[in-house]
Amino acid sequence: MNVIARDATAASIVVDYDKCIAEKGCRICIDVCPTDILVLDESDGKIRMAYDECWYCLPCEHDCPTKAIRVDIPYLLR
Amino acid sequence: METRSIETDFLVIGGGTAGPLAAIRARQLAPKTRVLLLDKANVKRSGAIAEGMDSANNAVIPGHATPEQYVKEITIANDGIVNQAAINAYAVRSFDMIRELDSWGVRFEKDETGDYAVKKVHHLGAYVLPMPEGHSLKKALFKQLRKHGVATENRLTVTRLLLGPDGRIAGALALDSRNGGFIVIRAKAVLIATGAAGRLGLPASGYLFGTYENPTNAGDGYSMAYHAGAELSGLECFQINPLIKDYNGPACAYVTGPFGGYTVNAKGERFIKSDYWSGQMMLEFWRELESGRGPVYLKLDHLAEETLQKIENVLHLTERPTRGRFHAGRHTDYRHDLVEMHISEIGLCGGHSASGIWVDEHARTTVPGLYAAGDVCNVAHNYMLGAMVYGQIAAKDALEYVSGKDLAPIDDDAVATERARIFAPLGRETGLSPAQVEYKLRRMVNDYLQPPKVAAKMETGLQRFAGIRADLERLKANNPHELMRAAEVSAILDCAELAARASLYRTESRWGLYHYRTDYPERNDKDWFAFVEIRKGADGEPEIFKRPVPEYLYPLSEKERQAYSDIRIGDDASALAA
Repeated sequence: MNVIARDATAASIVVDYDKCIAEKGCRICIDVCPTDILVLDESDGKIRMAYDECWYCLPCEHDCPTKAIRVDIPYLLR
Repeated sequence: METRSIETDFLVIGGGTAGPLAAIRARQLAPKTRVLLLDKANVKRSGAIAEGMDSANNAVIPGHATPEQYVKEITIANDGIVNQAAINAYAVRSFDMIRELDSWGVRFEKDETGDYAVKKVHHLGAYVLPMPEGHSLKKALFKQLRKHGVATENRLTVTRLLLGPDGRIAGALALDSRNGGFIVIRAKAVLIATGAAGRLGLPASGYLFGTYENPTNAGDGYSMAYHAGAELSGLECFQINPLIKDYNGPACAYVTGPFGGYTVNAKGERFIKSDYWSGQMMLEFWRELESGRGPVYLKLDHLAEETLQKIENVLHLTERPTRGRFHAGRHTDYRHDLVEMHISEIGLCGGHSASGIWVDEHARTTVPGLYAAGDVCNVAHNYMLGAMVYGQIAAKDALEYVSGKDLAPIDDDAVATERARIFAPLGRETGLSPAQVEYKLRRMVNDYLQPPKVAAKMETGLQRFAGIRADLERLKANNPHELMRAAEVSAILDCAELAARASLYRTESRWGLYHYRTDYPERNDKDWFAFVEIRKGADGEPEIFKRPVPEYLYPLSEKERQAYSDIRIGDDASALAA
């Protein structure tokens, strides 16, 4: 895992856990991410960005059935 | 780690654009043939068109353009170094491809009479067909994959191809980047459709994954083809694009041009006649940046509100849909602000330039049973439609090839060697992170290979790359995901070395900025009207040689030949009338 992605404030993918239905078994965002950077954190059952490898492309956001994901432009490019 | 074995007739590596079309066509033609479509990501959302496409850049539609016009235009745009038969093979199938996509529910812009609304963006002819609803493209392809019962496997990164004792293709080896499994795939024919080498140069932002190309396209296909002994072509003809600075997506003149948008310098003056992406256009772009008249911008602020909304409805929803978010973050509004542009990092790409695995008009590489299609093959300026058509061409030829053939025997030693190579970083206690090695490698690519090119710089670059090759033995991965990144670093390094060698070999300048050598600034047709090819020699070292340009199907007049050399405003405009 890269240094930047460990810092939660810099993650470009933000999950609204009130809307996220990962606990019901939904894994769509994890499945569609081209760079495979989203993971289910086994410790608390939440979806997180595990690698600082986001292409800000939007399949995760567009395919989320509950619109729980927002993708920001990675800080270095803003 | 677990080893899994798979057998198939036709293996398609890459589920982005060319790959799905090949798999679908194979099932259409021979429903009993076993077809396996592999993807490093997930075929639902992989490759260059993960979020769709905003326009078809090379539509050859009766009434708007002929195959002859198109083939000539691309021949001129690529400074004559093309296999016209290969470009023509696309051109004559372009319209059928568009109609097939149309029948699958992919929407193209049409005028009030129902005719395709083709726009002129190229220097000479009209080939750009807008796709204002192109965001749903990948869904339409996925539906067809399902309908035709195409077997797919996701999250498999192919690292090497296997050859039989007679030299024909025997299969491929892959890493499962989720569970760390090792996959041995035996196949009678294999198609490489792995896209561009998009993680070669480092974007100016320094962000490894802020590339123009989808960063999953790291150059794996170039590397696997090279190690299988296939001929690679035009690796000195880099892909360099004019992009939105920092965001690193297309600005995009193909969409905005037909609405009246264009590229200007800091004085607000237009300086190029055509916004079509060619090496010659990129050279003028670079010269403008260097001249003191930069930066360079996309100008839209003179357009009407209704037009701007139309542009936003395409550009902010399709292909790179975070563009609107990027502009909002910088308070850039097309209504009163120019969009700052810059030059992309270098890459290898057949679809945008002409750097790729050599294929003929049947999509055959120089290895029996091995095919290539899409950005990874060398059919110049082939773009999305060309990728799709070449996928179909490859499928048809591969089916004929596999007919009556058995699976070629595989070499157990080659499998064991590759398995050891790929998994080594997982076994090391300590070492270098793949991200750090990749960063250093790609920074060196920028320092030594980014045009303008100079022999001494490229030779120093090769020394640095050799140093990094030694560092590969120290890569440390903590999990299968990082193991995939480690394998990619090795592919990127192959691409960097081969690009440097091809660039050193061609001692002239050609393709504008793509191969601009300040030590050989002139084009030299007498010695260099030829392809530059590289393949792995018997000693394991790269072997470089010239391949003659095949006789043209459509000869060019002297006036036509010069058309793209007069791309700067103020140059002789007579060629425009050609």
